[in-house]
This record gives sequence, C-alpha cells and structure tokens, in this order.
Amino acid sequence: MSLALLYGLAGIVLVAMGLYAALVARHVLRRLLGLNVLGAGVFMMLVALASRAVDSAGRPDPVPHAMVLTGIVVAVSATALALALLRRMHRHDGSAQLPEDRAP
Amino acid sequence: MSGDELRGALSLVFIGAGMLFFLAGSVGVLRLPDLLSRLHALTKADNLGLGLVVLGLALQADDTFEVLRLLLVWLLVLFASSVACYLVAQSALRAHGDPAAATAGPEGSGEDARDGR
Amino acid sequence: MAAEVHALDLVLVVLLVWLGWRALASADLFKAVVQFIVFGLLLSLAWVRLGAPDVALAEAAIGAGLAGALLLDTLARLGRDGAADETRPLGLTPARAGIALACLGLAGLLVASVLLLPESWRGLTGPALQQLGNSGVSNPVTATLLNYRGWDTLLEVGVLLLAVLGLWILDVEPPLPPPAPDPMLGLLLRILLPLAVVVAGYLLWVGAHAPGGAFQGAALLAAGGVLWHLARPLSLPATAPVRAAVVLGFAVFLGVGVAMAAFGGGFLSFPPAWAGALILLIETAAMLSIAVIMLGLFVGGRTGKAGE
Repeated sequence: MSLALLYGLAGIVLVAMGLYAALVARHVLRRLLGLNVLGAGVFMMLVALASRAVDSAGRPDPVPHAMVLTGIVVAVSATALALALLRRMHRHDGSAQLPEDRAP
Repeated sequence: MSGDELRGALSLVFIGAGMLFFLAGSVGVLRLPDLLSRLHALTKADNLGLGLVVLGLALQADDTFEVLRLLLVWLLVLFASSVACYLVAQSALRAHGDPAAATAGPEGSGEDARDGR
Repeated sequence: MAAEVHALDLVLVVLLVWLGWRALASADLFKAVVQFIVFGLLLSLAWVRLGAPDVALAEAAIGAGLAGALLLDTLARLGRDGAADETRPLGLTPARAGIALACLGLAGLLVASVLLLPESWRGLTGPALQQLGNSGVSNPVTATLLNYRGWDTLLEVGVLLLAVLGLWILDVEPPLPPPAPDPMLGLLLRILLPLAVVVAGYLLWVGAHAPGGAFQGAALLAAGGVLWHLARPLSLPATAPVRAAVVLGFAVFLGVGVAMAAFGGGFLSFPPAWAGALILLIETAAMLSIAVIMLGLFVGGRTGKAGE
C-alpha cells in the first residue's frame, strides 16, 4: 500500500462521514461540521493523488496543492457566513435547526 | 562511538525523554480528579516534554538558524500554552465559582477561543 | 517527502478518521468542535506527510485555528439552549437508512475509481516545474496560485470579499459581555502581536522560494487580531478605511490583471521579467486585505443593540 492509497482511502471515508452528517444532522452547526469534514476528505484525496504524480526529483504535483489551499480558504469563508446566518436564525426564531427539521 | 553517532544517540535519548513527559501529561489528564490539577499537570509536562524534544532536534539540526528557530518555537509554545492554561482556569473559576467542582464540561465560552497556535 | 507508508501514517489515519467521526457524532457540540479543531491540527500533519507544507501551514492557521475560533464563538453566542442537541444526533433511523446507503455507495464508487487509476501518472508536475523559471518565483505552489492559476486565486479573494459583505448585510448582533481586562492576556498580546506581524511579513517574503505565502501570512495577522479582540473587543464597522482595506486585495489583483491585458500578453499573463515583482505586489495587497477580511469574519460586522 502506498502513501497515496492510504490517505486516498482515508479521504474517502471522511467524505462519506461528512456527507452523511451534512445531510442528516438536525443542528445546523453539526451540518457545518459535516461540510467541513467532507471538504477535508476531498482535500485529502486531492493531495494524496498529487503525491503520486512526482517528477524525477520526487516533487509532487503543485496544482492540486494550490486547489486545496484555495479550497481551505473558501471553506472557511463559507463557514463564517453560514455561522452568521445560524446566529441570526437563532436570534429570530430561538432555534438552531432549520424550520423543516424542528419538532412540530 | 564517532561524534555523529554520539549526537544521534543523544538526540534520540532527549526526544524519548520528551515523549515520556508528554505521556505523563496525558496520563495526568485522564487520571487526575479535577480541572485545575489536570491543567497543572498537562501544561507543565507538555512544556518540559517539548523542551526536551526541541533539544533532541537541535542536536540533529543543520545550522545555527535552525536551532534558533526551534528554540523560538519552544518559547512561543511555552508562552502561549501557559497563558491558555491560565485562561481556561480563570474561565472555569468564573463559571463554577469553586475550582474543585469544575470539570472539563461544556463552558462554551467564546473567550476560550484559541487560534491555531 | 517519503513515499512509503510508515507506522506513523497508519496511526495518523486511524486518529483522523476516529476524530472526524467523533467531531460529527458527539452529542455535546462543544466537545464536537474541540475534536474538530484537533482533527484540523492532525490534518496538518497529514499534509506534511504527503509533501504539502504550504497546505499544512494554511490548514493549521485557517482550517483549524480560524475555523475553530469561529465555531467556538458561535457556540458561545448560541448559549446553553442553542447548543443543545439530541443524544444520538447521527443515529441510524429507517428514514436515514437511504442516505446512509447512498453515502456508502458514493464511497464505494470513489474507492473503485481510486483503485482503477493508472499505475504511473504524471499529472501537471512536469509542465508546472518546467515553467518555474518564467513564473517569477521558485515555490511551485506559489507559482501555481499566483501565476498559472491566478484567475482562481483572484476569484478566491473575491469569495472572501463576498463573505464579509454578506456578514455586513446581516443585522446587528448584540455583543458578548466584554471580559474583565486581563493582565496575562495583555502581556501575551504585547509580545505576540509584534512577533505575528514580523512572522507574517516573513511568510509573505519566503513564500516565493519556500513554503509560505500571502494566505498563511494573512491568517497569522488575523489570528493576532482575534487575540486582540478577545482581550479588548474590536469593532470593524463598514467605515471607509475598513472598506478600502477589504477591497484592496481584490482591486490590486484585478488591476494588475487588466494592466497586463493592456500592456502585457493578456489578462493576468505576467511577462517573465516582471512576474516576480508583480506577484509580490499582488501578494502584499492580498495579505493585508485577507487579514482584515478574516478578522472581520470573526469580529462580526456590526456591534451594538440588536435591531430588526
């Protein structure tokens, strides 16, 4: 098993877990955690694949690294805005769950 | 033993000792009864452990600047972890009033937010 | 960069998967967020093992640090009732079984596609590294970010700008009660803030030829700002200077791109002779902007009495 395969598989597990949590969780903060873990899994797959594409000197492919860097920044921006929306919803509705998830 | 081998062996000894201190700190967190004693054990053991690890790595360093950088890392962690320990204890005190009654519970206080240091 | 699996990798992967699951499934959201922060820090180690030190720096500062601070801050504002959740938040019920199966199916397809990858695969390593001489920098990731894929990075800065604008559009949040002035935190700030500025500048400069760059430097500056805010609350209202700071990075990047379209070889296409200087200019403006934006995302747009 190569390093790339090990981390690639780990990334896939994180993707599955994160996606499940993002879809199924009722508390919005937990959904956001799920999205972030999903993102981490995707990033791990990208970087693992990049580590397979080495040149003769052993340097990995820099393009997926740049994509992951961009992805990390975008994920945090989206999380920040989503958290602000969560806070607003909680202030106005008193609940941290989306209206369709709240107990009737 | 040649000079290089001696350095390598000594470096391993220091790093190993540092790991022992980290282990001791973790055991302390798991086994000690209340928040303050856990904080005390963890912070002191981890700071010393990191110092030993840094010493071991410094023996393997390539040049003086690397040693200085390692030292800077240790000093920064020393500083930040000690202040963080103090802040957590303060927050627990404010939340519970009685430090012995404080457990590692959900304070949820935003004032404990740490950055990635 | 090692290409063989070490015992460390096995332990790291197990820890990452376990922590990831705990972060998602812990009933207590505070614990979940703390586990997520630790997950992020271990993830940085994974990036180092995979030969991606630039990503490791960004993950530690932004993915674990800033995101963790944002999550904890929101948890604090939600309060005890807002942070409450059911005892088995991800528990498998008949209704959720379908989604669980779909996620497993997706995982299976991904595993199959990974296993079916061709044995040797060059990727873009060759072209990216060959053109380094013309790119103006010698760090391949910086070259990709600022030169080869400059368009993506421009839009990324745009996304950051949109996030903070979105935050400012929302209504006023009542501020958390300010903490009592703390001498230790003040001491921490007096020592760490100047150091953060120096190291951020260093990261910006060194990003041209070693792991580092504008984003990592910006995250460090923002972290300093977050510490300041914790000690003495800042407010970053949408006044003219703050708006100028927030827009600066995007404006300079776009401006350089348009100038290149007019005088150089096309939009965001840097002539090799000027590439290094242009990249430094863009990165400096971007670092300042991104730091202010990230700090703005944490501090919140407007403080004062909550209004409708």
